Amino acid sequence: MSNVTLRINGQSYTFNAPSDMPLLWALRDKLDLVGTKYSCGVGVCGSCTVLVNGAPMRSCMMPAAGMAGMEITTIEGLDPTGEHAVQRAWNDEDVAQCGYCQAGQILTASALLSRNPDPGDEDIDSAMAGVMCRCGTYPRIRKAIKRAARYASGEGGAS
Amino acid sequence: MTRLKPGASMNRRSFLKVSMLASGALVIGCGRVEPTGDASVEPETWVANLYVRIDTDGSVSIVSKNPEAGQGVKTAFPMVVAECLDVDWTSVSVEQAPLDDRYGRQVVGGSRGTPDGWDDLRIAGTAARQLLIAAAAGDWGVPAGECSTKPGVVTHEASGRSARYEGLLEAAARLPVPDVDDLDLKSRPSEFSLLGTFVPGVDNRQIHTGQPLFGCDVRLDGMLYAVFEKCPTFGGRVGDANVEQIRSLPGVTHAFVVEGTDDPRGLQAGIAIVANTWWEANSARRKLRVNWVTEHADSTPDFDRQAKALLEQSGDTLRSDGDVDDALARAAKIVEATYYYPFVSHANMEPQNCTARFDDAGRLEFWAPSQNPKSGRSLVASTLGISEDDIHVNLTRIGGGFGRRLRNDFMVEVAWIAREVGRPVQLQWSREDDMRHDFYRPAGWHRFKAGLDDDGRMVAFDHHFITFGRDGEPVSGADLSPGHYPAGLVPNFRLRQSLIETHVPTGPWRSPGHSAYCWCYQSFFDEVALAAGRDALEFRLDLLSRSYGETQVDRQRVSDTLRLAAEKAGWGKRELGENRGLGIAFHYDHLGYVSHVAEVVADGSSVKVEKVFSAADVGPIINLSGARNQVEGCVVDALSTARLEVTFANGAARQSNFDDYELLRIGQAPEIECHFIQSEHSPTGLGEPPIAPATPAITNAIFGATGTRIRQLPLARSGIFV
Repeated sequence: MSNVTLRINGQSYTFNAPSDMPLLWALRDKLDLVGTKYSCGVGVCGSCTVLVNGAPMRSCMMPAAGMAGMEITTIEGLDPTGEHAVQRAWNDEDVAQCGYCQAGQILTASALLSRNPDPGDEDIDSAMAGVMCRCGTYPRIRKAIKRAARYASGEGGAS
Repeated sequence: MTRLKPGASMNRRSFLKVSMLASGALVIGCGRVEPTGDASVEPETWVANLYVRIDTDGSVSIVSKNPEAGQGVKTAFPMVVAECLDVDWTSVSVEQAPLDDRYGRQVVGGSRGTPDGWDDLRIAGTAARQLLIAAAAGDWGVPAGECSTKPGVVTHEASGRSARYEGLLEAAARLPVPDVDDLDLKSRPSEFSLLGTFVPGVDNRQIHTGQPLFGCDVRLDGMLYAVFEKCPTFGGRVGDANVEQIRSLPGVTHAFVVEGTDDPRGLQAGIAIVANTWWEANSARRKLRVNWVTEHADSTPDFDRQAKALLEQSGDTLRSDGDVDDALARAAKIVEATYYYPFVSHANMEPQNCTARFDDAGRLEFWAPSQNPKSGRSLVASTLGISEDDIHVNLTRIGGGFGRRLRNDFMVEVAWIAREVGRPVQLQWSREDDMRHDFYRPAGWHRFKAGLDDDGRMVAFDHHFITFGRDGEPVSGADLSPGHYPAGLVPNFRLRQSLIETHVPTGPWRSPGHSAYCWCYQSFFDEVALAAGRDALEFRLDLLSRSYGETQVDRQRVSDTLRLAAEKAGWGKRELGENRGLGIAFHYDHLGYVSHVAEVVADGSSVKVEKVFSAADVGPIINLSGARNQVEGCVVDALSTARLEVTFANGAARQSNFDDYELLRIGQAPEIECHFIQSEHSPTGLGEPPIAPATPAITNAIFGATGTRIRQLPLARSGIFV
């Protein structure tokens, strides 16, 4: 066990955890931040994606104990009011079916838009390739990312 | 031709109950008496399965009785009430019901939510509106017939008077309850203002901000986390295991053997490991050493060998129309082919899980992501020897159903573990558990022999189906209805069946049966059309233009979807060029009629499904967004699954995670264009009907683009890669 201090969604959290416990399970079972989802546990499906210093990373593969000093953003921290351009676009395109993978999709999309404010289909397919959706929401994810780009650029959507 | 009009044909009597709460809210319960054959059943015995409440602030809340697994019912049902009540959609909120017998059927399955709910939802909304109109009319001393409504307001045009609903609640509650038969229910798209529009899901905000919604998100005071290791070989029992050693590992609070029962859908034998966090429980599991006692050794190569031998035998005849042998002997042309599809997994993104808590009195409370919680409660009660009355089941949002969660093995496992531990427990299966202990869609082989006459019409159809069984009966999800088309569309028809014994657990998988054998039929129709020198669309429309005895299909409705999909795709109207193909297919199941045209472009053996044009007739559309979502999801699911298989060795599944069972990625997904024929039949469900015809539309298009006829799935077995 080790004493871990992490910066998550702008807040500091200190807790005890096994030194090999991935960030995913620290979030879910130690901190009750359950928006980050477990699905494959081997870094293949992207459901557990969080932002680390702004870049999408798979929280099931990263021991929490090694992440001190990094700025971690989970779905709870993107915009708790749901008014981020990506969240608004996700609602207006009604992307979610079951919704289980969508935290990973939304965070990955927000990172894409941070570095490429006007992505085309190929940019989207490439950036989103790591996040699986069993319900088949992919066509709407493409539309929603383009809509979010419009919100962020022209309509003051980003908060 | 049979016209199925669900709502009207189900012959159930609906009843209303109106009451007022102490808070001043008006509550409308709507329920049914199921036909019992007993004419003495009185309305007083009705059970409410729906509650609508109008509060004194004008807000409307509705209880959503069915679990939500992504099929959109939690949004669609309240929309129907809001439409008939005539209120602003923004004033409506939705509460998820727990399992409660008063609500009747609470199942996600069979695409039945919409056809079952349509009447009650409209009755509740319409009756409430009528009561509010009557209350206002009484107050104003004018005939109710002169009054109307606009959202949330009763109006009387002649006098210019109006009254908001919330001011009429008390008066409305004192009025006699309208007779259900006297209500004028909206039923046509031309009467709707909210229905048929694009309405985002009611849980979206919570999903987008990561709020707890799913079964695995439940957190209770004092809760422990469990894993449950079962034998990789189906039905295996525990010989011995190093549970004492496991108990000493960090974070572990309990480790014990569960003997299990003989019910393959119930409590299986295994070892429970319980810890302070799931990671600690699962880490301890890696040190687990078990000697399993196994009896079965099913394997995919052995299934293949048995199928090959059975295909040469005659099988059991399930149906015979006319004289197939004679018609084949006299046919101008014979077309033969054998099709194979593999076992597949449900692969829900949310692995199976469940949370349970016993109180001091022995009562058991669940938080269950179950598609069929009532059956889960019954399984738990009989396995643990407790009364169903002492079990309460909260329904959580479900991270993907597809039929997997119609089985409730996760409920009985967590209940057993929680009782042993004496604290609240959340059981979380690993992805590997989920894929190795699924109730798989069974594989199947179909040998077809068609006879054509001189005009290129199919006059004989001989079908031998090799499927899986136990004790002489097909296992769950492995049966084929003898009434299904092309039975009834061909004058000489024969269906024969042979069974391979298996211990692989099987079960319903999205549009059970249909999503497998429709691919075979609709692929073979293309082979027959080609042999006859006929266009694939024209051949199908001609096939649907005649019937021989009873058919289960409304041939007009299905033909209309074929024509519409073909028209939108420009079928026969455009030059496709090299390496590009269009494929078409139709199907009907779960009361829905769907056709697709797929457009595929090929680069050698590598194909891309660029676009799918879909046409569906499920009656009037309730939520345009939800309806399109189901069509889009089904098309993606069909393509994704056409690339996948689960195989077996030594009685165990060989695939265990998304690295060897990799779902479709975004770059492989086609564009999908949905068109709906809003016929005047009562609306029916869309969770299943679009998937079955999507697979053959795609593989027929692959043939057009590559010249490779796909007779074996996954596609890689036919040398094709997406």
